[in-house]
Amino acid sequence: MNMKQFPVICRHLGKSYQQGKITIPALVDINLEIHKGDFVCFSGPSGSGKTTLLNLIGGLDTPSSGEISLDAQRLDKMNKSALANLRLHKIGFVFQAYNLIPVLSAQENVEFVMQLQGLNSARRAIKARAILKEVGLEGLEKRRPGDLSGGQQQRVAVARAIVSAPSLILADEPTANLDSHTAETLMQLLHTMNEEHGITFLFSTHDKLVMDYSKRLIKLRDGRIQSDETQ
Amino acid sequence: MAIILRLAWRNIWRHPRRSGLTIAAIAFAAALLVFMITLQFGSYDMIIDNNLKVLTGHFQVQHLGYLEKPKMRSTITDAQKMAEELRKINGIVDIATRANAFALLASEKRTYGVQVLGVEIMHEAKLSTIPGRIQSGRFLSDDTAQEIIIGDALARNLKVQVGDDLTLLGSGYDGSIAAAVLPIVGIFNTGMPEIDRGLIEIPLTSFQEIFSLEESAHLLVGMAKNLDHLETVLTQVRAKIPDSSLVVLDWNHLNPGLFQLIQADMINSWFMYSCLILIVTFSILNTFLMAVLERTREFGVMLALGTKPLSIGQLIMLETLLLTLLGLGIGLVIGGSVTLYFYVYGFSYPGMEEIGAQFGLIDVITPQLSLFAFMLGPTIIFFFTMIVGLYPALRIRKLKPVDAMKSV
Repeated sequence: MNMKQFPVICRHLGKSYQQGKITIPALVDINLEIHKGDFVCFSGPSGSGKTTLLNLIGGLDTPSSGEISLDAQRLDKMNKSALANLRLHKIGFVFQAYNLIPVLSAQENVEFVMQLQGLNSARRAIKARAILKEVGLEGLEKRRPGDLSGGQQQRVAVARAIVSAPSLILADEPTANLDSHTAETLMQLLHTMNEEHGITFLFSTHDKLVMDYSKRLIKLRDGRIQSDETQ
Repeated sequence: MAIILRLAWRNIWRHPRRSGLTIAAIAFAAALLVFMITLQFGSYDMIIDNNLKVLTGHFQVQHLGYLEKPKMRSTITDAQKMAEELRKINGIVDIATRANAFALLASEKRTYGVQVLGVEIMHEAKLSTIPGRIQSGRFLSDDTAQEIIIGDALARNLKVQVGDDLTLLGSGYDGSIAAAVLPIVGIFNTGMPEIDRGLIEIPLTSFQEIFSLEESAHLLVGMAKNLDHLETVLTQVRAKIPDSSLVVLDWNHLNPGLFQLIQADMINSWFMYSCLILIVTFSILNTFLMAVLERTREFGVMLALGTKPLSIGQLIMLETLLLTLLGLGIGLVIGGSVTLYFYVYGFSYPGMEEIGAQFGLIDVITPQLSLFAFMLGPTIIFFFTMIVGLYPALRIRKLKPVDAMKSV
């Protein structure tokens, strides 16, 4: 089987936290393969381990046991610097609280990642404007996050996540702070991105709307996969 | 402009009041240090100048070992010819030839041991303030005149005044008795008690005759046009003196007490400056730490996006640099303006004018306008703030994206 068909592979993945002398398991024996172009949703109650799993897949955290790989690269073997490099070039993030840099404009926020990747300013500006147009923010490029609505900020975050064409986009509760109409518009946008650009999306959510949009729904409970259904 | 620079600049102005206060603290410290240090160095220049102009000069040529043991026989042969040669050196105001001896000086009523200086009338006026400090009578008239000037304290001790005769009794170069009766033509006051009660001056040629010195003398006293270029002048002076039995000594060697006084004052001042710098440094550290701690979540996001901790550290250092340079720039302009004002008009404090007038000293301090004096304080502040900036920058290395993003 060609490994590149599976951007993400988890084998017996485990993560536990130490609280004093007590070890708290957050994820237990997770075995998972995420296919290229998937639109996957992790759902489950609070404390089920969905954000922890997303963090491990995104290289933001390191597993306590097991293996995890992205595009055939073992994340559990990487040091901090290699993980930072991997996140920069292969993963896009969309956070619940948008997490834009407040002192940069919408365009500069989108350009930020490209600057880290070493693109020159002219190319950065062209790409940033194009992607902001694609997410429906044409004319708002110069506005700072504080001058944008929640939905617009989340669109900037999406633009920032997809601008460098990553292998994978991780979205942690992306609609949690949005009203239903804005959430619907955002999910349509992400769905279009997935359909048109073949970008792989992984969501963690409680939101039924997000679950309805997903092609594959993985339910977690107590750190274990409870069900894995293709919709 | 690179995004990182824009980011740093805008981060500074997130909290304009806080950054403004920090910049003001740096600017205040820099301005104060610029003014204080230039004034301090200026006052040292004044002290050195005032002291050395009385008698010592900027440098002296003398016989090897004469400073420690001023023997009558440790002379400079053909001293006046040598002085003439040295006057040709560029950067020298003048050179005066002096002969020196110790003798008994007797009036009708009393006798005191004194230092007798034989001086060249024409050149002495350019090197010593004594000719200008005559309180009664006049200065010596010419090199061959048989006359004497004495300090006011000595005149009081001897109970003499201008016009009285004094008997000089000493030992000549050849071991003979040196004796003369000389009329007092002037009484001086230098403001330095040890000089005013223990020194007399007579014309050089008269000295050479009385003490059987022939063409010799004991000292060549020189003054450079600029004390800062003294070493260059001394190199040329040394090159013109082939005689290895002669040495060229600068004011520092001739008057070590003065140098030590300046050093002691400098230590005191730097203790105060260090306290000021430390207070400013800690206030800056507080600002930087606040700025970093409140942005932990943002740094977590930047780390998550793939920013290396080193790059975030560089961002913090850039913010520190910009903030510091702003403060130092403003401080330099303010401190520089105040310094320039006092450079033109002079700095004085109540009572200084009276002291100056009484002792013939300069009654205002002029700040020293040198790049070193100007930049010393700001450079130290810059150095300390950048070290302080390193601490929050290094803290970033410990941040984990997940934990940082949980921060409120």
